[in-house]
Amino acid sequence: MKVLVPVKRVIDYNVKARVKADGSGVDLANVKMSMNPFDEISVEQAVRMKEAGTATEIVIVSIGPAAAQETIRTALAMGGDRGILVKTDQTVEPIGVAKILKAITEQENADIVILGKQAIDDDSNQTGQMLAALLGRSQATFASEVKIEGGKAEVTREVDGGLQTIRVNLPTVITVDLRLNEPRYASLPNIMKARKKPIDEKTPADYGVDITPRLKVLKTTEPPTRKAGVKVESVQDLVAKLRNEAGVI
Amino acid sequence: MTALVIADHDNKNLSDVTAKVVSAASQLGGDVHILVAGKDCASVAEASAKLEGVVKVLLADDAIYSARLAENVAELVVGLMGGYSSVLSSATTMSKNFMPRVAALLDVAQISEIVKVEAPDTFVRPIYAGNAMQTVQSSDAIKVITVRTTTFQAVGQGGAAAIEKIAAAKNPGLSEYVGDRLSSSARPQLTSAKIIISGGRGMQSGDNFKMIEAVADKLKAAVGASRAAVDAGYAPNDMQVGQTGKVVAPELYIAVGISGAIQHLAGMKDSKVIVAINKDEEAPIFQVSDYGLVADLFKAVPELEAELGKLGL
Ligand SMILES: Cc1cc2nc3c(=O)[nH]c(=O)nc-3n(C[C@H](O)[C@H](O)[C@H](O)COP(=O)(O)OP(=O)(O)OC[C@H]3O[C@@H](n4cnc5c(N)ncnc54)[C@H](O)[C@@H]3O)c2cc1C
Repeated sequence: MKVLVPVKRVIDYNVKARVKADGSGVDLANVKMSMNPFDEISVEQAVRMKEAGTATEIVIVSIGPAAAQETIRTALAMGGDRGILVKTDQTVEPIGVAKILKAITEQENADIVILGKQAIDDDSNQTGQMLAALLGRSQATFASEVKIEGGKAEVTREVDGGLQTIRVNLPTVITVDLRLNEPRYASLPNIMKARKKPIDEKTPADYGVDITPRLKVLKTTEPPTRKAGVKVESVQDLVAKLRNEAGVI
Repeated sequence: MTALVIADHDNKNLSDVTAKVVSAASQLGGDVHILVAGKDCASVAEASAKLEGVVKVLLADDAIYSARLAENVAELVVGLMGGYSSVLSSATTMSKNFMPRVAALLDVAQISEIVKVEAPDTFVRPIYAGNAMQTVQSSDAIKVITVRTTTFQAVGQGGAAAIEKIAAAKNPGLSEYVGDRLSSSARPQLTSAKIIISGGRGMQSGDNFKMIEAVADKLKAAVGASRAAVDAGYAPNDMQVGQTGKVVAPELYIAVGISGAIQHLAGMKDSKVIVAINKDEEAPIFQVSDYGLVADLFKAVPELEAELGKLGL
C-alpha cells in the first residue's frame, strides 16, 4: 500500500506570532520555522505502517517556498522514501492545497493519504476533508487510533463528546489528532541517509491548479490583550475577591 | 440571500451552539433556514423551529444520518445549496468534519471559526492560536462558514418556523459508524458552562482530579484540562481546552497546575475572569490572570473547596 504524507512548514509551535505593525500580516522574518506538529504525527503513523508491513512506500509532499525542502528532508529522515516539493511563494489556501494533493494522489496511485488535522498557522482544519471530497473518497478525521484490515480502515476519532469509532472504505484520507502516537526524532545516520533520498521539484501549474486565493485578506490585527491582574495572598483572599470584586461566584 | 444553518444535535436535543450560529447567520442580512439531519430527530426539528429569526426548518430523518458521517451529510447539504447563498455551522468536531467537504464539493473556500461578521462577505477569524486576527473578504458565490460560538449571543426562543420534511440524499456508502465511547458527566458542558476549573500536568494523576471535581461541584462548574494532563491520561480527550481542543469563554476560568502555553491560552483567554493557581510565580499563566495565587495546589485546592463551603456553596 502506498501512503502519501503532506507536510507543511510553519512557525515553530514554541514561538508566539507577532502581527506586523502595518497590519499586513504576521511577521515571519527571522522566526524559527518547523514542521507542523500534527504532520510529524502523520509521518510517524506512515512510518509505523511501513514497519508493520502495511505500507510499502511513503511519499512526502510539501507545497510552499524553497525552504519547505528542509521540512521534506525532516520527514525523509523520519522514514519517508522520497519527496515532492510543489514550489510556490504564494499563500495557498486549503482548497488550492487539496486540488494539488488530489492530482498527486491520483498520479501516485496512493491508497492512503495521512494529514495533520490542522496547521498551527492558519488553524483552518480543512485540507484533509477537502481532499477526500475531491477524490470522492471516505475520510477519517481527528484519528487517535488507526487499524487497517480487510480493505477497510477502522479509525477511532477524538470528538467533542469523547471518542467515536468508524470504519471507512479504502482508499481513504486520514487526518491525525495529538494522541495517535509520539513522533520519533530522526537519528543522525537517518538524517545523513535522507540527504540522498530524491525530491522532485514541481509547481502548482504542473498540476494545472489555479491557486488564486478566494479570500482577500483585508487586514491582520492584534487580538485584544489581557493585562496581568493581581496576586492574591491566600485562598480566603481569592474567594473574597471573586465574590465581592469580580462578582462571579 | 438565504442562509442555511446546520443544526448540531445528538438526535434528541438541539445543542445550544446552534442558537449562536443562527445569530451569526442573521447578520448576513437574509432569511435563515435550519437543516436537521439525523435519525428519529423530530424533537430537534421542533426545538430548531423555535429559534428566533428562523423561517424554515428542513428535516432529513434517515438512518444514514444517525451518526452524521461526513460523506453522507456533505452529500445532502451540497444537494440543497442551489437555494442558498451561505451555509453555516458551529466549529464543533461534528461540523469541522463535514463542512470542508461541502466547501470542496462546491469548489469554494471555507472560512473557519469566524468570530465576527463585518459584512455579508467579510469576516474576522483568529489565526496563529489566536495571536492574530484576520479580516477576510470572500469572493465565492456561496460562503461556507464555521462559527466560533463563544463570541456570538444566542438568539431567543420566540420563533415558530415551519418544518418541512425532505428526502435523504443518496448514500455514498463510503463509511460506517462502529461505536462511541462518550464521556458522561452530570456537570455542565465545557462549551456552555459559566464556570470552568481546569487541571494541568501539576495535578500529577487522574485520581487527583477528584480535588478539582469537588470544587467544580460546589461552583456548578465544568472540568477542563491541559493537553499535558490529557496526554498523561489524567483526563479524557474531550476535556482538552486549547488551540486544538475546545475553545471556551466562561465568566470564570480557574487554571490549576497549568503553565499557560500559547496553545492552552488560545482556548481560554477570552474568559471574563481568569484565576491561576500555580506554585511557580514565573508561570506565563499569571500574565493573563486577573487573580493569581502562588501556592502548592495540593494545599490550595482543598482549601478552596472548604472556603466555598463556608459561603454555603
Ligand atoms: C500541535 C500542538 C497542539 C497543542 N494543543 C494544545 C491544546 O489544545 N491545549 C493545551 O492545553 N495544550 C496544547 N498543547 C501543549 C502545550 O504546548 C503545552 O505543552 C501544555 O499546554 C502544557 O500543559 P500544562 O500547563 O498542564 O503542563 P506544564 O507546562 O508542564 O505545566 C505544569 C504547571 O504546573 C505547575 N505545578 C506543578 N506542580 C504544582 C503544584 N504542586 N502546585 C501548583 N502548581 C504546580 C508548574 O509550575 C507548571 O507551571 C499543544 C501543543 C502542540 C505542539
